[in-house]
Amino acid sequence: MGIIKAAKLAFDYLKLDENGNVESKQRAVDGVDLEVEAGDFIAILGHNGSGKSTLAKHINAILLPSEGTLWVDGKDTQDESKLWEIRQTAGMVFQNPDNQIIGTIVDEDVGFGPENMGVPQEEIWQRVESSLRSVGMWEYRSHSPNKLSGGQKQRVAIAGVVAMKPKCIVLDEPTAMLDPNGRKDVIRTVHELNRKEHVTVILITHYMEEVIDADRVIVMDAGKIVMQGTPHEVFGRVEELKSYRLDVPQATLVTHDLRKMGFDLRPDILSNEELVEELQAYRDRQAS
Amino acid sequence: MSIRIEHLNYTYSNGTVFEQHALKDINLELPDGQFIGIIGHTGSGKSTLIQHLNGLLKATSGSIYYNNEDIYAEGYSMKQLRSKVGLVFQYPEYQLFETDVFTDVCFGPKNLGLENDEIERRAAEALKLVGLGEEYYRVSPFELSGGQKRRAAIAGILAMEPEVLVLDEPTAGLDPRGRDDILDQVARLHQERKITVVLVSHSMEDVARYVQRIIVMNQGEVLYDDEPRKVFCHYKELEAVGLAAPQEVYLMHELAALGWDVDTDAATAGEAAESIARCLKNAEAKKKIVSGER
Amino acid sequence: MLREITLGQYYPTDSVIHKLDPRVKLAGTMVFIISLFAFGKIESYLVATLFLAAVIHTSKVPFKYMIKGLKAIFMLLMITVIFNLFLVQGTVLVKFWVFQITVEGVKTAVSMAVRLIYLIIGSSVMTLTTTPNDLTDGMEKSLSPLKKVHVPVHEIAMMMSIALRFIPILLEETDKIMKAQQARGADFESGNLIQRAKNMVPLLVPLFISAFRRANDLAMAMEARGYHGGEGRTKMRPLVYQKRDKTAYLILLGYFILMLVVSRLNVIETVLFGALGW
Repeated sequence: MGIIKAAKLAFDYLKLDENGNVESKQRAVDGVDLEVEAGDFIAILGHNGSGKSTLAKHINAILLPSEGTLWVDGKDTQDESKLWEIRQTAGMVFQNPDNQIIGTIVDEDVGFGPENMGVPQEEIWQRVESSLRSVGMWEYRSHSPNKLSGGQKQRVAIAGVVAMKPKCIVLDEPTAMLDPNGRKDVIRTVHELNRKEHVTVILITHYMEEVIDADRVIVMDAGKIVMQGTPHEVFGRVEELKSYRLDVPQATLVTHDLRKMGFDLRPDILSNEELVEELQAYRDRQAS
Repeated sequence: MSIRIEHLNYTYSNGTVFEQHALKDINLELPDGQFIGIIGHTGSGKSTLIQHLNGLLKATSGSIYYNNEDIYAEGYSMKQLRSKVGLVFQYPEYQLFETDVFTDVCFGPKNLGLENDEIERRAAEALKLVGLGEEYYRVSPFELSGGQKRRAAIAGILAMEPEVLVLDEPTAGLDPRGRDDILDQVARLHQERKITVVLVSHSMEDVARYVQRIIVMNQGEVLYDDEPRKVFCHYKELEAVGLAAPQEVYLMHELAALGWDVDTDAATAGEAAESIARCLKNAEAKKKIVSGER
Repeated sequence: MLREITLGQYYPTDSVIHKLDPRVKLAGTMVFIISLFAFGKIESYLVATLFLAAVIHTSKVPFKYMIKGLKAIFMLLMITVIFNLFLVQGTVLVKFWVFQITVEGVKTAVSMAVRLIYLIIGSSVMTLTTTPNDLTDGMEKSLSPLKKVHVPVHEIAMMMSIALRFIPILLEETDKIMKAQQARGADFESGNLIQRAKNMVPLLVPLFISAFRRANDLAMAMEARGYHGGEGRTKMRPLVYQKRDKTAYLILLGYFILMLVVSRLNVIETVLFGALGW
């Protein structure tokens, strides 16, 4: 079994009336089957309300399935006795950097998770140092989080999760509130963690440029998985992505427009480099 | 009718240890009816600049003229100015407070002291402009989706019927769908109402598609002020200050460097594709001529 | 304006005061405040001034920051001084119309002003030199005997620490919402009291909603990071008394005894007032 496995997972948001009776139900996740192998970098793409954040919150056992089952490292998230183990295995980073930093000093915040786990004092400090170094925020250890930029705060939040030594990190739209530079820093940090520490990463986002380097892209719409595959496979299907109102990389768009004009180019182009290469090859083909 | 900014300086926490020059000698003219983009990364002074346009911040030195009237002159009504220059803040949905959408949108016009009929007419029209129909009038603003909330908040400014609309990062935190909806609506508004629109953003791609003119801010100064294509020519300099031109600009320059005769000014996917297609067709045509001659 | 409230803001330097155990600083602040209110002689104020000046100097925090907190209580200070100045009965010094200023009035007014100012500066010294987390840790540990009578000491400490972290964020947010509503023509400055209170609604409603949203987010983030109350928690900075803390306690004790002795002397007042013939 992979590190995360979902079988026919479904979740309903309930709207209760004043007496606590169910007034209406809204299905946010609808029959999702998913398997993630340890060490993978998975990106989940979808617009707001597609159910991607709801799915993410299941992995950390913040939400429990209405139907179906989710296993984290072989543990059923509905097993209450395993709750803290699950939260330790699958760490979570949220969207708003301000609302997830608990400490008033950077290192205090990073130590918060290990403190909760009852890690001995000396080891807490080792973990704080190594995780702050791994996100490149060690120089800021004695700063107040309020003085940091959005991207830096988000990296501190990631360090806070890393310090718990999770096998898997779920990032729920970590860049939605950041400027382009902060976004790049956060994504680079996450990739480094995946590559160097072999942490499984599940990145939830609606920015397509952040998923290009993922091992696998999953597209969600209306609570269901509607597309999945490598970035090349998924982004090659421009019309389909557009129908879910998602963006495609600019190079892919240009390629798509050219193909519509009748030029026979490879459809699965993601970057400028690939497109330039393909255009050169095309011109050579034409010339010969 | 225009906004004219002359030698504007602004210093935060003037006279303390935190003193910070946020704006340095800004000179700009924003003529009537233009669609302008202001670009800069966080801390470049762009948000500080726009808060001067409706008098929320007062310049440390320099002057601003709205329709040739000095807004810092004694007796000039800031309230009047704020109704003419509508400013939509970043994450404007956080300002919603009334029990339903319609009443919330009425808040602005009500503060202008208008008659009830006029207030309601304006609110209804503003909501129509942002695409929120009557079915939303009596809904609590907090039950709307993220994109709808933001549109309701923008309607709250539009209901004041400003002559200049300034939007600070109106698409921040929205998904592609919400982003396109808002930007399309703003563009339509600019066309239909002929009002001046100032769009503040850190995304070149968003802005390139819509605006006629781009003002690039860096460290409190105006770095470039020109039409988009001309600004993007400086893509290397833009990168040096932490900004990037649209991806297409890079693509076209890379191709040009490899000897392709493409239009390096292309700034959208459509323009880039057309330019490349022209190039490829020319090559084919030449090949035909060559083979025909044989 | 709102940004200038310093109470609860930490100013990092590497001074001895910063390194002291928060319990020492808590006790010190308590002793200092008690000494201010228990002894009201000129000599004792002199000693208190010297003590405070010495602590501020050792802390390496710029004096500017210490007095910033005074702005917040300026009105309170004025009211206290004016009330005492005009309402205390005694030997009349100056008299005009229905007002009279008495020697006792001046004395009380001055001593109340000194007490209030020192109270604020004294507590500012503590908050400026102690991280909010240390402070709450110190409080948690000092109050831990209360756990036996089912006072949720850990929870209270955690809530305080979170409140301190979010004060600057919420202040900034207030500023932002205020501006956004002003852009919609809202007026927070004019009108009578009731009018003004009513005008606050567009500010307070969004602020409350935002605070609730943040609280909700934060609770989720804390849970996700394994927070489940104080039980089984370790500390990255456990509070253990060092030698310097013991020295500090001794200095405190010395200060208190000195205050006791000095206030009994009452030399300056007798000499000064005797010379003036009061």
